[in-house]
Amino acid sequence: MNLSVDDVRQVAHLARLELPAAELARLADQLTQILHYVEQLNELDTAGIEPLAHPLPIANVFRPDEPTPSLSPDAALQNAPKRQGDYFAVPAVFD
Amino acid sequence: MSLNELSASELLSLQASGQLTAVQIADAFLTACQQREPKLRAFTSLDPDAILQQAAAVDAKRRAGQPLGKLAGLPVALKDVLCTKGVRTTCSSKMLANFVPPYDAHVVERLRAADAVLFGKTNMDEFAMGSSTENSAFFPTRNPWNTAYIPGGSSGGSAAAVAGCQVPLALGTDTGGSIRQPAALCGIAGLKPTYGRVSRYGLVAFASSLDQIGPLAHNLTDLARVLEVISGHDRRDSTCVDQPVPEYTQTLNDPVPNLRIGVPREFFGTGLDGEIEASIRQALKEYEKRGATLVDVSLPHSKYALAAYYIVAPAEASSNLARYDGMHFGHRTRQKGDLIATYARSRGEGFGQEVQRRIMIGTYVLSSGYKDAYYVKALKVRRLVKQDYDAAFEQCDVLMGPTTPTAAFRVGEKTDDPLAMYLSDVYTVGSNLAGIPGLSIPCGFTSAGLPIGLQLLGPPFAEEKLLRIARMYEAVTDWHTRRPTV
Repeated sequence: MNLSVDDVRQVAHLARLELPAAELARLADQLTQILHYVEQLNELDTAGIEPLAHPLPIANVFRPDEPTPSLSPDAALQNAPKRQGDYFAVPAVFD
Repeated sequence: MSLNELSASELLSLQASGQLTAVQIADAFLTACQQREPKLRAFTSLDPDAILQQAAAVDAKRRAGQPLGKLAGLPVALKDVLCTKGVRTTCSSKMLANFVPPYDAHVVERLRAADAVLFGKTNMDEFAMGSSTENSAFFPTRNPWNTAYIPGGSSGGSAAAVAGCQVPLALGTDTGGSIRQPAALCGIAGLKPTYGRVSRYGLVAFASSLDQIGPLAHNLTDLARVLEVISGHDRRDSTCVDQPVPEYTQTLNDPVPNLRIGVPREFFGTGLDGEIEASIRQALKEYEKRGATLVDVSLPHSKYALAAYYIVAPAEASSNLARYDGMHFGHRTRQKGDLIATYARSRGEGFGQEVQRRIMIGTYVLSSGYKDAYYVKALKVRRLVKQDYDAAFEQCDVLMGPTTPTAAFRVGEKTDDPLAMYLSDVYTVGSNLAGIPGLSIPCGFTSAGLPIGLQLLGPPFAEEKLLRIARMYEAVTDWHTRRPTV
């Protein structure tokens, strides 16, 4: 797959990444190269092979549903870029 | 040898016999850092007062006759991807440049409980993405054997700090070779445990189905000691397996009888440097001299492991790194804008180029219309890769080969060619996809004086045997006692 500058712009939007316009062409080239490299997987016939998402044969892992100590509001908010009282302050979602 | 060149085990004995205190040890390593850090730049942060305080507390415990942990008074450096309560944890990224975790990672709790002295945070490729530590947003780290060369990555700070004798022990993380590759390039020992052996709680996630935390040290005894401390069940990581932890140090010197060594032919093909191959063949001969049998094995899908890895790892990364949106923690842009623009600008400003490339690849291979062709395809190949290893271990106890195709390369040599950089992980990524343990130990030097690593791979949870097998070689060679002149 060859990625165009428009493709890169679209993927960047999906990834919520603002990229400098001057970078887009170079990135399109680099990503295309990487995609060409990984496309060698198409040489393999994988019909009937189950995907393996995880190396361990574990399914659901349960624990007792008991309350345990958690972070205080101050500790949880200590890295907030902006704080208002006991809340994270963020830009308005709707105008 | 000066104090800072001693191994962790030697430092433990000297403390036990009363010849040395933890504060003297801390002082020796802090002095070494003062002299060497301007050249190596292995650390993102180092707090001498906090280090001396911890060391003094260990000495006080010893004087009071209280029981001491397995790592009492030993400095341990932590890759800056492991959360430390109250201590900045940056992942060598602008995104987390001011992030101070409100909690300790599980491994950090374990180290504290073992009376280790937490000795600074080490530089890395941003968010553990890279093979040279040049992707750090702050500065590159240098190889102690020759500072014109890279130390490997992504745990390059941890490897350089140990190899450069700025600390006797360190923790790193390995998603596609990030412990073993820098250990090999810096001439020390490094272990990636079986997936699930060590809790990932408090490890800033890169690719959750591949990441594992492991130790770096001068020798296997030191490595085994740290592994005993950090392994074991933790219910805060649901993929951390509840299996007993062997006392690795107790059996380390027991050779494995009738050893069968699998030599994967795919690990000796095109791209492997001649000097590296010669050193590995020499190491295999040492094993044969001691009665081991070499078995020719094949991992037919090796060729595809790197391609599968460079789909799976970025896919998981793009999902894991979605949390950095500038809202709850991490960098938020100063520019005014609506919510979406604030997300996108914060991420555009906070992430470096390699991280952005991986997020882009990951987003693309997971996007509607491409997921089956790329991501699901890669997961199917992942199963084939794992089946190769399963089949190989039916014929042998261990697989051996080179850790890396070449020795360390020069700073700046590959920074403009992401794909060339990816190829330095060609022998290591398969074991992350399969979840099996891997170990790199020093086995020689190139004619240019750069270290070479021998890689040993074992079946899941076979760390005990893997360490014993590696020790058979270490016991008859002296590579692990060499120290660079920095």
